[in-house]
Amino acid sequence: MRFIQVNRKYLKQFDWYTLLILLMISLAGVMSIYSATRPMMSSIQPNYYLKQLLWMCIGVCMLMVVVIFDYAWLKKFGYVLYLLGLFMLLLVLFVGKSGMGAQRWLEFGFFRFQPSDLFRILMIVALSRYLCTLKGPLTRWKFLFSLGVFGILPFILIIKQPHLGTGLIVLATYFFLALSKKIEKTILITILILSLLVLPLLGKTIWKHLKDYQKNRIVAFIDPARDPKGIGYQIEQSKITIGSGMLFGRGYLKGTQGPLRFLPEKHTDFIFSVFAEEWGFVGSMAIFAFYLLLFVRGLDTAVKAKDDFGRFVALGITFMLFLYFIINLGMVIGMMPVVGVPIPFMSYGGTSMVANYMAVGILINIRMRRLLLLY
Amino acid sequence: MARKYNDREYSDKFINAGLYLLIAVFFLMCLRLYQMQILKGSEYRDAADSNRVRVMMLPAPRGIIYDRNGVPLVKNKPYYYASIMPGIKDVDTKGLAALLDMDEKKLLQKLKKDAKNLFDTTIIKEGLSFGDVARIEARRSEFPGLMIETSITRKYVYGNLGAHVIGYLGKPKKSQLDTDDSNDITPETFIGQWGSEYVYDKTLRGTAGKQIIEVDALGRQLKVLDYMQPETGSDVSLSIDINLQKVAEESFSDKTGSLVAIDPNTGEVLALVSLPSFDPNDFVMGIDSEKWMTLNKDKKHPLMNRALQSAYPPGSIFKPLVAIAGLEEGVITPDTNVFCRGQIEYGKWSFGCWKHHGNVQLHRAIVESCDVFFYEVGKRLGIDRIAKYAGMFGLGKATGLGLSGSQERVGTIPSTGWKLKRFRKPWFLGETFNSSIGQGYVAITPIEAALMASIIGNEGKKIKVTMLKGGEDKARPDQLNLKHDTFSLVKQGLYGVVNERGGTGGAARSTITEISGKTGTAQVVHGRIKTERLKEELRDHAWFFAFAPQKNPQIAVAVLVEHGGHGGSAAAPIAKKVIETFMTSKNNPGNKASPGGNSDSGNKANSANKANSG
Repeated sequence: MRFIQVNRKYLKQFDWYTLLILLMISLAGVMSIYSATRPMMSSIQPNYYLKQLLWMCIGVCMLMVVVIFDYAWLKKFGYVLYLLGLFMLLLVLFVGKSGMGAQRWLEFGFFRFQPSDLFRILMIVALSRYLCTLKGPLTRWKFLFSLGVFGILPFILIIKQPHLGTGLIVLATYFFLALSKKIEKTILITILILSLLVLPLLGKTIWKHLKDYQKNRIVAFIDPARDPKGIGYQIEQSKITIGSGMLFGRGYLKGTQGPLRFLPEKHTDFIFSVFAEEWGFVGSMAIFAFYLLLFVRGLDTAVKAKDDFGRFVALGITFMLFLYFIINLGMVIGMMPVVGVPIPFMSYGGTSMVANYMAVGILINIRMRRLLLLY
Repeated sequence: MARKYNDREYSDKFINAGLYLLIAVFFLMCLRLYQMQILKGSEYRDAADSNRVRVMMLPAPRGIIYDRNGVPLVKNKPYYYASIMPGIKDVDTKGLAALLDMDEKKLLQKLKKDAKNLFDTTIIKEGLSFGDVARIEARRSEFPGLMIETSITRKYVYGNLGAHVIGYLGKPKKSQLDTDDSNDITPETFIGQWGSEYVYDKTLRGTAGKQIIEVDALGRQLKVLDYMQPETGSDVSLSIDINLQKVAEESFSDKTGSLVAIDPNTGEVLALVSLPSFDPNDFVMGIDSEKWMTLNKDKKHPLMNRALQSAYPPGSIFKPLVAIAGLEEGVITPDTNVFCRGQIEYGKWSFGCWKHHGNVQLHRAIVESCDVFFYEVGKRLGIDRIAKYAGMFGLGKATGLGLSGSQERVGTIPSTGWKLKRFRKPWFLGETFNSSIGQGYVAITPIEAALMASIIGNEGKKIKVTMLKGGEDKARPDQLNLKHDTFSLVKQGLYGVVNERGGTGGAARSTITEISGKTGTAQVVHGRIKTERLKEELRDHAWFFAFAPQKNPQIAVAVLVEHGGHGGSAAAPIAKKVIETFMTSKNNPGNKASPGGNSDSGNKANSANKANSG
């Protein structure tokens, strides 16, 4: 009896507002995927949009599942889950399926997923668990230890796939959470000086180890006009796609750049461009508003979380989603090099969709249980 | 606990800062989108449209050129070329070069030009055969952006025959592209470059259509956004009789020269020969440079239209004109007697005659072509009066036929003023002697000779030469204000040339019709050492002009055989053949039918052709 009663209390506290925002963004994504993959030569509509719709539903279900159990459970099993995540990353390197020059997928019979997408959440959980148990700012050894375990180690495993985008985001999330915990000033200054000294030296080595397509993306970013048909093509076409939307857009299903294949990766990384082409500046501003509300809500959840663990997790998840969003947008509007990073909830892709819903599920979980200290 | 409180305070501050950062970043991105979608929006929309919209020219079928009996002289035929859409990346150049059977380096060179131009297709190979087209079409899907485009060119049914009359098509020169007033010729449109194709190009050309299509990134055509049907050009009926042309060309039997036949009543050109000629079919598929060089370097200049572009001293065919001037000006009468002892002295110069004629009057002077008689007439007239009459008969004036583009050459009719202007030297009487027998500075083109023959034959009707059936303007031609007697006296002489004993043009005597004419032998400039090899080159040009019948002539002909020797033997038989052919077909209209069948069925077959090509 008591168990159900508690659940009802939670239900009242459930963050319908956030879920609504997610659904709006996701549906905009599904619609744009439908439009971007419209066939021009045949009459058969590819089923990308249906798959995405299915994943969205799975995402909502997973969000509900995540919400039901108190997130204290996550704190308890944080390290175990993290080890599991590392194991999956190792596994993908040995038995993973490759696609587009990278080995990112694990296959389980009828479905396959990208472990790195799930791992990034597990990493936030485990790191938060570690940080919330510490008293005071990160000292030298604690910093180095956590950097190695939660930062460098997964970073190396992920860029080996290679999946530079996710690797960098995991590393950046580590630094963000470490900063939010507070790092000793001397360490901070040392890091700054070291990075200023070492980065130029490392630059050459890093450049050498980059794959050709990665080098091209950087060159194209620096000078997209250099070869508009070659490496700068993606950026240039994306800018054309967005810009041609003008104030009110071409209208839904009236976009040309995607279906005519001028825009590469139209339904995955560049789905926002397709949306902006059809809905214009007005539609883009609406989508921006939704994302902004989502992120502000995430920060608010962090502030109101009942414990430090909840706060770190909420901060980490919000920051990571924001990072995905901002890198993707920076890329499609030509302000950043092309690093295959999807825009959360809009880009076509199952694992990242479900993982992002689960991540927001954790946010809602934390928000729901923020007042329970009073009971 | 105090420590924990501090942690929380730091964390709150950190989150606060994060919030501001978040808002700042969003603000920046809004600005960026504002710049892209609002400020530069229309620019980007144009770029998006030029990505997907292509304008394809649809060539207009050209009008057909017919001869005067409705026989089609040309056919339209498609011209295929392979091109590649702009904006195509990653072309498999190796495979493409193999498919098109061309050098990969050459292909790469052509594709390089593509980078500069984002709108027009890049032509990579022209003049494809049906077989090529079928082969390429079958494998086109392997090469994104590869297209087969079509233009329209000609098939010249008669090949070499009448090549200078019909002319040929070619790609427009840069100057033509710049100056052409209609903007629907592209560098790929074939336009008239010679002959009637050139003169009546605007009439024949029609209006090109347009197809605006949407393409995808692979250059595949998805849908037609707009379509403007091409308008077929208008047909042109020439005054030429292709049968007569054939007879005329054949009667030259490989000799170099020119012939012009004119209807003296209307000015319609019935046949116009310039030999050797060329096969216009060589030009329409884009002439290869080797062939072009051969034609250009040929010492016999097959690309030159001798009828309009080459002026020769007229020799004795100039004499009837001097006779007319003499009679009109009253310096001679039909009975004026001149004694010819084979030559005449003037100062330290001596002017010869080809024969010792003894006492000659006008009639015998024309019939036997006595030089000494005309020296005397010329001396009495003076060069300026001769020039005046030459001008009246159309000598030294452009016909404006335009068959040879802007390169028509005009004969030279000297006068005192002309010499002063040209050489800054006064005129000498000796030069008048030379001019009186059509030598010296005097030079005329075969078409001028034919015009002169026509005006003598029609007794002063100043017709305008035309290539169009029925003529261009219907205004009645001016009549020269000359005495009727003058014409009948000279015409009697010309009749005698052909039909009397001792006449120089006996070779043209016909049983079918009464032919009148005049022979001429134009001396080629001497002064070089004669060798056996050069002999042919140094022989005189043979002239003959004629008209028939004697009263109300229906045809006038001028023949020039280069280095043919005597006009009477080399040129007169050709004129006779042409006149007889013409008169026979005129008297038996049923026989007029050409190898292409009678004119009606020819027309029908042709319009069917047009429907197909359109």
